[in-house]
Amino acid sequence: MDKILIKNGIVVDPLTKTEVKRDIYIEGGIIKDIPRKQKNNCEDNIIDAEGSIIFPGLIDMHVHLREPGFEYKETIKSGMEAAIAGGFTSICCMPNTDPVNDSKPVTAFLLDKAKRLNLINLFPIGAISKGLKGNSLADIGELKESGAVGLSDDGNPVEDAALMGRALLYARTFDLPIISHSEDLKLRGKGVINEGIVSERLGVVGIPAIAEEIGVARDIMLAGYYGAKIHIAHVSTRGSVDIIRRAKRNGINVTCETCPHYFSLTEKSLLDYNTDAKINPPLRTGKDVEAIIEALNDGTIDAIASDHAPHSKDEKDTTLDAAPFGIIGLQTSLPLTLRLFYDKRISLMRIAELMSFNPANILNLSKRGSLKSGYIADITIADIRKEWKFTGSSIKSLSKNSPFIGEKFKGIASAVMVQGKIL
Amino acid sequence: MTFDKKDLISIKDLSASDINYFIETAKEFKKISLKDIKKVPTLRGRTVVNIFYEPSTRTRSSFEIAQKRLSADSLSISVSQSSVVKGESLKDTILNLEAMNPDAFVIRHSESGAANFISKWTKASVINAGDGINEHPTQCLLDIMTVMEEKKEIKSLKVAIIGDICHSRVARSDIYGFSKLGADIYLYAPHSLLPRLIELKNVKIAKNMEEAVKNADIIIMLRIQKERASFYFIPSIEEYRKFFQLTPELLSKASAGVMVLHPGPVNRDVEIAGSIINADKTRIFKQVENGIAVRMACLYILLRFQKKNKNK
Repeated sequence: MDKILIKNGIVVDPLTKTEVKRDIYIEGGIIKDIPRKQKNNCEDNIIDAEGSIIFPGLIDMHVHLREPGFEYKETIKSGMEAAIAGGFTSICCMPNTDPVNDSKPVTAFLLDKAKRLNLINLFPIGAISKGLKGNSLADIGELKESGAVGLSDDGNPVEDAALMGRALLYARTFDLPIISHSEDLKLRGKGVINEGIVSERLGVVGIPAIAEEIGVARDIMLAGYYGAKIHIAHVSTRGSVDIIRRAKRNGINVTCETCPHYFSLTEKSLLDYNTDAKINPPLRTGKDVEAIIEALNDGTIDAIASDHAPHSKDEKDTTLDAAPFGIIGLQTSLPLTLRLFYDKRISLMRIAELMSFNPANILNLSKRGSLKSGYIADITIADIRKEWKFTGSSIKSLSKNSPFIGEKFKGIASAVMVQGKIL
Repeated sequence: MTFDKKDLISIKDLSASDINYFIETAKEFKKISLKDIKKVPTLRGRTVVNIFYEPSTRTRSSFEIAQKRLSADSLSISVSQSSVVKGESLKDTILNLEAMNPDAFVIRHSESGAANFISKWTKASVINAGDGINEHPTQCLLDIMTVMEEKKEIKSLKVAIIGDICHSRVARSDIYGFSKLGADIYLYAPHSLLPRLIELKNVKIAKNMEEAVKNADIIIMLRIQKERASFYFIPSIEEYRKFFQLTPELLSKASAGVMVLHPGPVNRDVEIAGSIINADKTRIFKQVENGIAVRMACLYILLRFQKKNKNK
């Protein structure tokens, strides 16, 4: 399987800004120019992609695999299987495992495990602070050296602004991006869903939008002041989008991501106390959803990431107050994004940017995110016309905490190729 | 050549020719230290008070020896044995000592601006022996002297300053001093330990250790304090050692005649590999030796200025 030809697909490439029907030739795991004289010896490895869309391999830059420590929720293997079903060739795993990925041994464990599984690419995100405790810097140079591609205390914000500022500076020394879970913890308090009409109607404590927005503003100000790069994770409110749009206009080196649920659902999903819709940041209002979609379109938001956060049935089968935050998302990320395409809100090219090209750039993943000759042959083939239903039994994750079970979709990844190998 | 200031508080106050004048004078005074009888009557009858608000081995003994070799009457006040522990303010301490008619104060203080402050309350000359994170001008002069003994001129030399620059009074003085003489200065440290703004044109931030030391003529290594980790500047001393230490391998990329300087005290195998010191590839002891000559020159130049002024 050294030489492969993918024929007749519509190739969407953000680097060359082309969306045309053409063939892609792969040799030794790398995309190459199609040889002039097509020798017949590669013809036995032809993939007919007639009617399919060919994306550069999708990259989910925000995933919680629960290994090591919480293998009952998800393992590296089960997470990767869900990612493959969802069309991803690369995933980035957050460090809030047990032990926390704040050092070389944990990063090395993750990479070694991924190598032995030999499925898709795993890019670990290391911790900003030791043990995610927010008291001291993790060994950031060592994390980079052992293979971490970014840093985040995701799940919790770095509360101490001095620590965050110095983390931005120190990480810049090693050219590692900081991915910020921006939030004011005291404003979140004991909140469980968005603070608004629904939290009032349900009689539960709300999380105000400003808890996120104040955190986003603070972290952007720190990055701006120190001339450092920052990536804001899971943006969910109109206010955050406005702050980021303004910061970008002012030349601050900020990028951000949102998650499919923030442009697909509102707080109304929680009206029946549905714990499978309890996440942090929480589902917001229709106005926020509209602002997120606008920002996806105008370039304010750079990436779509799932924030895939598996929790067991036992953990979620409880009250809204007691249930943990988080939903799975690897298998619904592309289908939910394709809904925006069918609603004529974003183009296929924009999807390729948001789900592959931009994440690769933000995390400095070289030779990924494009289908140009010379790039690594990480490729997602999607049948965007296929109609299907997301059922509990089709979930590859060990956890089933999704608010989308039972929903009908149009479009799905039909195959993924990692470094020239079809999975 | 003359120097027309009462005090030596900041290298920023000196011109390039002032610096050369101090160094030339120091070279003359160095000869005294090499004689059997290391004493001249130059400052006979003059009183110098050393006030050290911070612990110091090198600088303090260097100043005291310089004073003895110039025959000055000197006394040293350690804060732990003074009225400061009884709550006396810096201003009152100086006013009381001033009443005893000293000719010069040498002051080391943990607060930036302390030397500048006391200079406003005394007619005596003030020599800054290190104020907070601000400046250590005599260290800069002895560094320049050590370099000038081997290199024809400072102009166009590549000077790398590596380590905790942000908290270093030596770095601040050296950056200005070497820059005034036309050196090309490269700074390197974790970005959390770099100064925020540098107003000088010939100062660059290196991208990595290698860029900093490559073809360097002078490498000035700075000490990293363990406490920096608890204030988030670095993750740990272990990580600092791994990524920011001057190793023999890195040193081999420097120019053939490279001089490695360190103001001391050295944390062996933290900021600099012990083997580099053991193999005698540094000028650390040369720096200490020249320190006495530089301090003799400073005392001589400042007190001579005072005398001339009094005669006017």
